[in-house]
Amino acid sequence: MSDTLLSVEDLWVRFPTRSGTVDAVRGISFSVGRERVGIVGESGSGKSMTGRSILRLIRSPGQMEAKSIMFNGENLLDYSERQMRKIRGHQISMVMQDPKFSLNPVHTVGKQICEALRLHTKASRREARQGALEMLEAVQIRNPERVFDSYPHELSGGMGQRVMIAMMLITDPKLLIADEPTSALDVTVQMKVLAIMDKLVQERGMGLIFISHDLNLVSSFCDRIIIMYAGRIVETCKASELHNATHPYTRGLLNALPRIEEPKGRLEALQRQDSWKQEASVDARV
Amino acid sequence: MPGSDSAVMERKPWVAEATKDARLEIKDLNVYFGEGADRFQAVKNVSVKVQQGGSFGIVGESGSGKSTVLRAVCGLVESWDGEIDIDGAPVSHKRDKAFARKIQMVFQDPYASLHPRHTVDRVLSEPLKLHGFDDVDGRVLRALDDVGLGADFRFRYPHQLSGGQRQRVAVARALMLEPEILLLDEPTSALDVSVQAEILNLFADLRKEHNLTYVMVTHDLAVVAHMCDEIAVMQHGEVVEVMDVEAMRSSTPETAYTQELLKASMGYDAEFFGDS
Repeated sequence: MSDTLLSVEDLWVRFPTRSGTVDAVRGISFSVGRERVGIVGESGSGKSMTGRSILRLIRSPGQMEAKSIMFNGENLLDYSERQMRKIRGHQISMVMQDPKFSLNPVHTVGKQICEALRLHTKASRREARQGALEMLEAVQIRNPERVFDSYPHELSGGMGQRVMIAMMLITDPKLLIADEPTSALDVTVQMKVLAIMDKLVQERGMGLIFISHDLNLVSSFCDRIIIMYAGRIVETCKASELHNATHPYTRGLLNALPRIEEPKGRLEALQRQDSWKQEASVDARV
Repeated sequence: MPGSDSAVMERKPWVAEATKDARLEIKDLNVYFGEGADRFQAVKNVSVKVQQGGSFGIVGESGSGKSTVLRAVCGLVESWDGEIDIDGAPVSHKRDKAFARKIQMVFQDPYASLHPRHTVDRVLSEPLKLHGFDDVDGRVLRALDDVGLGADFRFRYPHQLSGGQRQRVAVARALMLEPEILLLDEPTSALDVSVQAEILNLFADLRKEHNLTYVMVTHDLAVVAHMCDEIAVMQHGEVVEVMDVEAMRSSTPETAYTQELLKASMGYDAEFFGDS
């Protein structure tokens, strides 16, 4: 738990627009060890931009800036584009929200998984195939041979997301960034996919950044939670201590959720305060 | 759908008992899509009964046929058989104007359900003109007020509104003809939780003010538990269980599928889902 994998200091993401610069992420600092860290926020809070900027994937005209992004003792900001390509998908992997848009529709699933492996290791074709089949089995796909030869449209959402996880984990990354990996899935399928991800991450001693809008899910799945609002970290706490959260925004989110166990006549509407946008970001490094 | 089959070992079709005061009653509804060999039955023998002034929830996963039931009631699906009764009178396949004044629907995605080049005013006044209502001006203003938007929003276009404001406009549009029954198809699933809370509160207020009957379709069990008194669980086009909200809260549903669904919506539990 203690050894830090990734440490981000003072990260900014800016988008120049016609009406001035929009700051999507404003000076946040956080760290991730070999643990499951959840980043929670509503739409527009900057949580996805935070995930993407770790891999330096902010598309122009967006700009990112940080004092440092230390990964494995090296500053990713000093890396060239060429060096970054060795990091992406090999040392740090990312699983996106919807498998429909992340898989190439004109190649078989197997080909895509093998490609991921062969790009980053010296595996032969046969070894890659063997590795891909093993990985598909590890994400609990019952008939890996069949899935290996199928195209993405032949798979259900849950299967597609398992394939994505297989593809992202086959290179044995040290850190996995999962951006709303299960939001497009049904609740029961969602839980199965999470269980697979949980098991693999634990077995391999990886770090996980889990980005989600679902406070309930994150608090039950992660070890530590970072809560973002308007590009800032407003609060950070252990997942088990979320119910003791003190920031009015976190409290507001918690109270706005309908709960099955405790019926309420009315839900509490969140009263946003302008001061939240001005507050300094909380340092979420450990 | 992988893995879900084992959960429905003891499913039993739920049959509605006959009572007089049902506002909306669906008997043996079947909906088909496609022709010949491609024909697919999306809804199988669904029977539900919604009481006057009640709030009825339908939950299920994607592809379970829950939205199709609503669309059949609303007249958006043609190929159905069975019986749909409103206040005891069966509706025909072709719906008339009077039907539109009784039932209205609110759709899932407020970004897709409003015409991008019509102002809020045009969206809201169109049904009034079609049905020959008087005092269009006053009614539009009152509707905007009802959904908590106010007159400032009257001449805006959808792109000038946030997601929550758009859904309020969609609700206002559904209320323009003063319907008695509102069909809600995942009305908050495209919205952030804080906005969802506002919209759910709005539904609760409107129900009290206008004496409405709701049928709500959602995949979120917590939302259904908050909004509805009776809940039907659908899987593979069939209703597997109907329970009241107390049974759901106390986690004593009868079928294994419903239990799994409930467990999944309580959050991640490594012990429960880890060894599947």
